[in-house]
Amino acid sequence: MGTVTSTDLTIDQLADWLRRFAGIVEQNKSYLTDLDSAIGDADHGANMARGTAAVVSHLDEANTVDALLKKAGMTLVSTVGGTSGPLYGTLLMKMGMATGNVTQLSTAEFARAFRAGLDGLIARGKTELGDKTMVDALAPALDALDASVADGAQWPDAAAAAAAAAAAGRDATTPLIARKGRASYLGERSIGHMDPGAASSTYLFDALVEVLG
Amino acid sequence: MKKLINDPENVIADALKGIAASDKDVRVDFDNRVIYRAAPKADGKVAIISGGGSGHEPLHGGFVGVGMLDAACAGAVFTSPTPDQMLAATTTVDTGAGVLHIVKNYTGDVMNFEMAAELAADAGIEVSTVVVADDVAVQDSLYTAGRRGVGATVLLEKIVGAAAEEGSDLAAVTAVAQQVADNSRSMGMALTSCTVPSAGKPTFDLPEDEMEIGIGIHGEPGRHREPIADAHSIAEQLVAPILADLDFTGAPVIAMLNGMGGTPLIELYLMYGEVIELLEAAGVTVERNLVGNYITSLDMAGCSLTLLRADDDLLRLWDAPVRTAGLRWGL
Repeated sequence: MGTVTSTDLTIDQLADWLRRFAGIVEQNKSYLTDLDSAIGDADHGANMARGTAAVVSHLDEANTVDALLKKAGMTLVSTVGGTSGPLYGTLLMKMGMATGNVTQLSTAEFARAFRAGLDGLIARGKTELGDKTMVDALAPALDALDASVADGAQWPDAAAAAAAAAAAGRDATTPLIARKGRASYLGERSIGHMDPGAASSTYLFDALVEVLG
Repeated sequence: MKKLINDPENVIADALKGIAASDKDVRVDFDNRVIYRAAPKADGKVAIISGGGSGHEPLHGGFVGVGMLDAACAGAVFTSPTPDQMLAATTTVDTGAGVLHIVKNYTGDVMNFEMAAELAADAGIEVSTVVVADDVAVQDSLYTAGRRGVGATVLLEKIVGAAAEEGSDLAAVTAVAQQVADNSRSMGMALTSCTVPSAGKPTFDLPEDEMEIGIGIHGEPGRHREPIADAHSIAEQLVAPILADLDFTGAPVIAMLNGMGGTPLIELYLMYGEVIELLEAAGVTVERNLVGNYITSLDMAGCSLTLLRADDDLLRLWDAPVRTAGLRWGL
């Protein structure tokens, strides 16, 4: 167990987290689509912008953290489609199922819930680290968050460390050969391009930094 | 981008309006973006649904009707539909005999249909699934998402639709589906990229004097690009990898020369002439064929070839009556 921090995330902050995630996705819509044009099918930005905007429209409906995250996940599943819908949706739904009926999360509780979400995403995508997917950004970010929790770090620093690890993981997808998703059809031609899902995944942690900053 | 659209964000909704207006044999659920037969199938017959990203028309919505699909779920352009769309379709078309899901092998489609099948099972509906993965341009290995589902989907939807119409049970219909999936191979090429409406520009740049070999149906780049060649050489590049992958001699073959959406029919017929010459020289007997735009990639110029190693039973199911916007004979 990590040290309980004095900076728990309230349900309002978690809603703000999802709102800011949607905002960063919207700002980077064209960038994500450009990344996807190179090795995918040129729709990641548009799909994620549509899905996260739908999430924002439902944020006021939940009174507990689990309801908030589950609703957000289900909204992504039913509005995004493609690969990103089930993966981002499963991440947030499983995260919600792991938090329980609460109105705030400590750093350790947030990290534990996120781990449950990531496990669900990996099971749904049958993905491993190094396949050139979202997992390559999310897994190191969560490892960094866990390390911060173990060290007893407070929220702003823990989020910044996770965001930095996510960015490093995202950048490390560029030289990889894609083994999952449409990019895998390109074989070696996928080398030299950043994975669009890894790129959008880092926005989850950038948004967390914004909320806590 | 020059397209006949109102707003890139409303392409699917606006197109569904036109589909509903043009075909009185189908009914459109605009909320769920599902195209149904206007007259549901008789009780006790297996129902068949498919679906996928839009932009491949007439696939899948144009194949809803007697002798083919009971429903088709329309996703955003090149994006799989969602589990709730598929669940709505599955629940609506089930007559009590179970529902077959026809899924093209793309990570998103497989995942969304998987979630829908889990939800349908929870609701007490028997669902079986066939995954189409016929594209020989993709190496099938542990290190890729597997082969893409392309042209074989058209042949499969026709043949399996006939099997369900005859009254075969879910296990038998699924077995026919698997037989078609296992015995089909495809290869495609592009002369130009396509332009996804929401992206507003071509997905990839292809110089005037180059072509892309081994493309899929989503404007994703192919295995390699090379200088443009004459139709005869292009036909060789489509036929050779298919014949290298599966023996098509000694059985009746169904062949489809498919346009990607931006190539005129005269070129497709020309290509079919080249292809059939090569196939005959290789000892392959084509008993049935389709030439035209059946599984497209928006405005991409190019074509694909699909071969199915059939048998007498599959030919009989192929010849059975069908009445859809995209395929129609015997009715």
